[in-house]
Amino acid sequence: MGEQVGYTPLIKADRLAKALGLGEVWLKNDTVNYPTLSFKDRVVSVALSRSIEMGFDVVACASTGNLANSVAANAAAAGLTSFVFIPSDLEVGKVLGSLVYGTNVIPVDGTYDKVNRLCSEVADKYNWAFANVNIRPYYAEGSKTMAFEIAEQLGWRIPDNIVVPMAGGSLITKIHKAFNEFRKLGLVEDTPCRIFGAQAENCSPIVTAVKNGSDLIKPVENPDTIVKSLAIGNPADGFYAYHVMESTGGYGENPTDAETVAGIKLLGETEGIFAETAGGVTVSATKRLVESGKLSKDSSVVLCITGNGLKTREVLEGTYHVHDAIQPTLSDVVGLMDSLKNSSNQKVEEAAWA
Amino acid sequence: MGIKVLIPTPLRNLTNEKESVEVNGANVAEVFDSLEAQHPGLKERLVDDAGELRRFVNVYVNQEDVRFKEGKDTVLSDGDELSIVPAIAGGR
Repeated sequence: MGEQVGYTPLIKADRLAKALGLGEVWLKNDTVNYPTLSFKDRVVSVALSRSIEMGFDVVACASTGNLANSVAANAAAAGLTSFVFIPSDLEVGKVLGSLVYGTNVIPVDGTYDKVNRLCSEVADKYNWAFANVNIRPYYAEGSKTMAFEIAEQLGWRIPDNIVVPMAGGSLITKIHKAFNEFRKLGLVEDTPCRIFGAQAENCSPIVTAVKNGSDLIKPVENPDTIVKSLAIGNPADGFYAYHVMESTGGYGENPTDAETVAGIKLLGETEGIFAETAGGVTVSATKRLVESGKLSKDSSVVLCITGNGLKTREVLEGTYHVHDAIQPTLSDVVGLMDSLKNSSNQKVEEAAWA
Repeated sequence: MGIKVLIPTPLRNLTNEKESVEVNGANVAEVFDSLEAQHPGLKERLVDDAGELRRFVNVYVNQEDVRFKEGKDTVLSDGDELSIVPAIAGGR
């Protein structure tokens, strides 16, 4: 199953590059991944294919939303029963984006980490295939296609730099693994790639470890951030993610929620891509990396944009002013144009970064 | 009544396939010692030579991660439930 998943566009983002002060920026745009508009369709296509091969007829997951959407949709398409366990405070778009596929949504009071712990116990109790628990070794391999495609779309070469959002830390480790596999196979030249990780300030156990120069990942008990898709306080692959960044000469950044919103807007206004909060984190982390000199101004960078902004619209509430409705008259339009001349959109944008 | 310990599937070969076992202990470390006495080989899967929790083992007391309490010194009372959950990660 999952034949249509992946091969999302790799976009040369010149306007964003200019705004960030970088030589070259490429966007791996998984906001349009099929069928549920996030990179999770990659991991689910592998996990559910293997689950079917192993004879499971019930599939499940612990999820911050995107994985739930993908398990629900792909299970429906495969005729499997599914259960998705989510923190009870998820965005409406992500809850509806599971329910529509006829899945069983189980909201759990507590953080993602508590949901994940519960699912480990449930997986021991019922004979279900949990995509990211007992099927995780296969699920994790699915992430590699993102890097395989990037190398292919760049003309069979490894990028110089890549910025990857981190929740549990699985994607970044598999991107590293995928590039190494292509190197070993001789499909690409053995050129270096510095791998950078991005997390939200109020849930950044892996980035904090990188900044402290220690691979001891200190879990965050109560993540408090608008970036719910990355709000994993106890990252299962944090140790490996740390060593990927450390060994490739990369680094980590953890922008604030305000910077995340500014990152979403910048991506939308420069490239016409509406990313969810994780995309905002990735863009604003890149901005920080340029400002700190970790990424030099002339460098070429790939950004992994992993999910679609239509799922997390809440975070933009109050950000934009919609003009009062006008009458369908030319004079009202002329009046509006006159008032726009005095608008201060640019200043609002600058304030968001401050 | 002692402490009910939930055993994850990968460790049940050491507990005669039992999903849970009852042991005594005033804190997490003592429970691990009691587990070892009943089911030899279990303790080394949970803690390192220095007695510290292994990196990929999560231990919860009544659903709370002991790392947010006092770790292996977390005090236990009769009737508490201790859940051992392996963090499934890695794979190169």
